Amino acid sequence: MPERPTLVVEGLHAAVEGKEILRGVDLRVPAGEVHALMGPNGSGKSTLAYTLMGHPKYEVTGGRAGFDGHDLLPLSADERARLGLFLSFQYPTAIPGVTTVNFLRAALKALGKELPARQFLQTLSSEMATLKIDEGFRARYINDGFSGGEKKRMEILQLAVLRPRMAILDETDSGLDIDALRTVAEGVNRVIGEDIGILLITHYSRILEYLRPDAVHVLHHGRVVASGGHELARRIESEGYDPILGAAAGAPA
Amino acid sequence: MAVEAHELTKDYKYGFHDADISVFRTEKGLSEAVVAAISDHKHEPEWMLRFRLKALAHFQKRAMPAWGADLSGIDFDNIYYYVKPVEEQSRSWDDVPASIKETFDKLGIPEAERKFLAGVSAQYDSEVVYHNIREDLGKLGVVFGDCDTGLREHPEIFRKYFGTVIPPNDNKFAALNSAVWSGGSFVYVPAGVRVDIPLQAYFRINSDNMGQFERTLIIAEEGAYVHYIEGCTAPNYSSDSLHSAVVEIIAHKDAHVRYTTIQNWSDNVYNLVTKRAVAYQGAKVEWIDGNLGSKVTMKYPAIYLMGEHAHGEVLSAAFAGPGQHQDAGAKCIHVAPHTTSNIVSRSISKGGGRTSYRGHIKVYPKAEDVRVNVRCDALLLDEDSQSDTYPYMDVENPEVTIGHEATVSRVGEDQIFYLMSRGIPEQDATALIVNGFFEPFVKELPMEYAVELNRLLAVQMEGSVG
Repeated sequence: MPERPTLVVEGLHAAVEGKEILRGVDLRVPAGEVHALMGPNGSGKSTLAYTLMGHPKYEVTGGRAGFDGHDLLPLSADERARLGLFLSFQYPTAIPGVTTVNFLRAALKALGKELPARQFLQTLSSEMATLKIDEGFRARYINDGFSGGEKKRMEILQLAVLRPRMAILDETDSGLDIDALRTVAEGVNRVIGEDIGILLITHYSRILEYLRPDAVHVLHHGRVVASGGHELARRIESEGYDPILGAAAGAPA
Repeated sequence: MAVEAHELTKDYKYGFHDADISVFRTEKGLSEAVVAAISDHKHEPEWMLRFRLKALAHFQKRAMPAWGADLSGIDFDNIYYYVKPVEEQSRSWDDVPASIKETFDKLGIPEAERKFLAGVSAQYDSEVVYHNIREDLGKLGVVFGDCDTGLREHPEIFRKYFGTVIPPNDNKFAALNSAVWSGGSFVYVPAGVRVDIPLQAYFRINSDNMGQFERTLIIAEEGAYVHYIEGCTAPNYSSDSLHSAVVEIIAHKDAHVRYTTIQNWSDNVYNLVTKRAVAYQGAKVEWIDGNLGSKVTMKYPAIYLMGEHAHGEVLSAAFAGPGQHQDAGAKCIHVAPHTTSNIVSRSISKGGGRTSYRGHIKVYPKAEDVRVNVRCDALLLDEDSQSDTYPYMDVENPEVTIGHEATVSRVGEDQIFYLMSRGIPEQDATALIVNGFFEPFVKELPMEYAVELNRLLAVQMEGSVG
């Protein structure tokens, strides 16, 4: 049986503006699984997300990252996207003048997944309905003047329309009220399947009640210091990070 | 020859030109004799010759403007001021010489557009070669022709308005145009008539060292509506060319005139244009003005709001690439009370290009309850590029509401990264952001112009990512 496409991170070191944030991250996320990455503020979660997607400001200083047998590190962000990677941004950027519909069409074309116009619009309509996004957002400029919650839904809409093979969701649950959280989680649930892997970065375990991760990892000081099943998230929920971080051998102070 | 020209100018998309087919042209340089020869060749009435000579005298004694862009590269003695390419104006498309048709084909004016639009009045060198007014427009009393014909066939209306909005002594280049003008459009819309389809002219410079001095006069009588569109492309040459047009618009009571231009002169052209409108009571004038090409553009479409409740709009977009300076802006002069104006300017600079917004708002003492809104945004694509803003306000009435907002920004790394993370290559991502920046302008254009503008921008953006 051929190995499923897998995101493989080994000993990854990365720095931002000369400051080392990631200090040897190890992770394996195969397609068909949902992995949660938790950790306190400043542990390096978003840095890992940006580094894996290839933001030019994040400099890899050591280690490896690959997907589906390809080395990711020499690739630009668009090349990584065409390989199947996707990042749901914690703070999505506004692009004034570029409508949601034109943006998605340009992205599908770039990914080689262009759909006939009618089919594209139907897909868009039905995905927007699922995510309770008003039809009017089609013609809105991407993220321009959107509320925090609207931006997060728009990220998941992109996930649903673009259908990547490996999605990194960076704090997609932050800033959402309970109803919006459920809507977004349902949106993610709909794309979960055999041919997509999900790395779900979160602060809180609440979204994990909806998404049921296959594995939970804790990042601290730029390293994965604990891994386990769903019970690890439960434990963080009830006891906080301190007992786990304290127990993690070799965690720098 | 066409092949050679293409070889020489392959960097410029529209840098082709035909073998010179001119049948009459004046000698290089400017003199009373040249001006008289132009007037004589056109069989003009005496008053027009006197008008031209007076304008020439003013041009010769008027100093070059001491402000704005660098005009030191213009050599007035090395320019042909009048070139006539064919003997007579053609009445139908079939009569247009094949070489000229070929030029239009290269410019890509679609067949459907030729048929659909009321009259394609295309300026080839100094003379309009093709001109056709759809019959029903004529029946409504609408006149759409070139300015020379306007002078010949509608002498009373022509003389009543010609040179009244922009007198020859307005500025040095208006004086130059007044002395040597040729071609351009003459539009007259009688009271109460709405022209539902845009009237369109396609301008083009073809001869090396040929200045183009077209003159456009648009008169909309009470309650009339007209949308006039002018698009320009020029082939590229080794020496500098000069384009200096004058456009006058008169919008009578409750009339509505919209004037749309996309200027894409090749990057050796000095484009120095005076555009001005008067808007009487309840009238509305809109300048939609896009500047992509040329070496230097100086252009500040103006609206004089003469009657109560008149409204003016100036919506402009400029793109300056390497070696280009787009010095553009707007003027709104509020003479009457309860008048309003809205100015929106967007500019992009790339590869050392420079854009300037130069605005003038004047509110006269008796103009109370005036509202003015100015917004200018500049986008810089790299460190070498430049943008400046020169807003000038002269307000003599306290009962005025003025909003002014100006921004300068760079294409953000995060914007590019966001688009790239969706699979879009860097160059396409930049183009998307640039097109988005111009979107408020582009959405005001008729479809075929919007498509063309986006295509031209895409060409300009090629190689912008290092």
